[in-house]
Amino acid sequence: MNSSTYTQFVASKRMGICDPIHQIGMWGDFKGSSFPDTLILEVENCLESEMPIMEKRLDNETEEPSHVTVGRSNIYEPETSKRIDKLYIQMNRRLAQNREAARKSRLRKKAYVQQLENSKLKLLQLEQELERARQQGLYVGGGGLDASQIGCSGTANSEIATFEMEYGHWVEEQDRQTDDLKSALNSQIGEIEMRILVEGCLNHYFDLFRLKATAANTDVLYLMSGTWKASAERFFLWIGGFRPSELLKVLTPHVEPLTEQQVQEVCNLTQSCQQAEDALSQGLVKLHQILAEAVAAGTLGDGIILPQMTATIEKLEALVRFVNQADHLRQETLLQMSCILSVQQSAQGLLALGDYFKRLRSLSSLWSSRTSEPA
Amino acid sequence: MDKVQRMTREYGVVIFSKSTCCLCYAVSILFQDLGVIPYVYEIDHDPQGKEVENALMRMGCNNALLPLVFIGGKLVGSTNEVMSLHLKGSLIQLIKPYMSV
Repeated sequence: MNSSTYTQFVASKRMGICDPIHQIGMWGDFKGSSFPDTLILEVENCLESEMPIMEKRLDNETEEPSHVTVGRSNIYEPETSKRIDKLYIQMNRRLAQNREAARKSRLRKKAYVQQLENSKLKLLQLEQELERARQQGLYVGGGGLDASQIGCSGTANSEIATFEMEYGHWVEEQDRQTDDLKSALNSQIGEIEMRILVEGCLNHYFDLFRLKATAANTDVLYLMSGTWKASAERFFLWIGGFRPSELLKVLTPHVEPLTEQQVQEVCNLTQSCQQAEDALSQGLVKLHQILAEAVAAGTLGDGIILPQMTATIEKLEALVRFVNQADHLRQETLLQMSCILSVQQSAQGLLALGDYFKRLRSLSSLWSSRTSEPA
Repeated sequence: MDKVQRMTREYGVVIFSKSTCCLCYAVSILFQDLGVIPYVYEIDHDPQGKEVENALMRMGCNNALLPLVFIGGKLVGSTNEVMSLHLKGSLIQLIKPYMSV
């Protein structure tokens, strides 16, 4: 019996766990016999090496320390008795320390779990806010969402969102009109019907300039950035849109044959257009300089000075006039061209333009799918 | 009124502008490209600028429409009008007598 108990105890020790509680009770069985010295040595070693004397854990995690104390036994020889007493005292101390450590550990775990729960709630809230902001500011329409939009006022946000939506519709309508032009030119429709078609296409462009004028008043920098356009279109951006002279270059080859007079007139228009463009470009360069000077002015380390910033913002608003002027130039170029050309030629020119922009948008889609492919 | 009339009669092409207005600058560049040196009157640089401004307004010109262009003593208009005329080819005709080349 005693040997088996002893073996049990030693075996537990070898596993790294001294679990004498169950064993201790059994020591009372050693009535009359001497307590094996080797057992005492084992326990002493255990205590010395500071191996954990683990208490049996309670499942319901009560705070009350399990009241386990090791009782004395005076049935042994005095010398052994002393050693056993000493062992008991030491073990009790160790058990108390362990209980305290376990209690602290449980408290820390509780605090950590609480923190995790709070973070989880916060994350859910943030996700909801982000979703709401996205729905307010984002609308699919040829371009993407500019990250800076999420920060600005609600009204500006919704107006820009409206613009993006309307521009999306505009593009769809333009593609439809381009298809109509194509089928009209392939079939033999009358001149009056053709004229109506051409007028419709021109007015559609003018609609765009009206849309842009409103957007320019809301956020001219957004309009100038061209984020609302397809990526390839942005490469050709000039003051918030296409270059009028570029327009003429695209459609001129498709409206031939031209009469002598027409050739001269187109030539003059191209030159005037180029000159007007250059003048506006130079005006913009001056605006750049003025703005740069305004932002750079003031002593270093001043940071943001409100009056200076306000004056700079007023200068930025001059940009609105430039965008409006550029759109006016585009409109006038289209109008003049339609005056020079016959109805048939105008239809051909507008078809060429529509195809050109369609191809630029396709190029943009192809490009973005190419760049998003995994390497 | 007097000053405005005097200036527009004295010089072939007159641009009423403001030194800070970049669109005014753009229009003067256009005239220069076409071979004309316009007389640019900057309202903010003249002590009598306010009177000139008032005179222009009395003529029916909105101050917000600077630059204001006069050719041969006659009011042509602002940037829009100048650009439209140019694309039509009419502007060149108007400034021919005043071209320096």
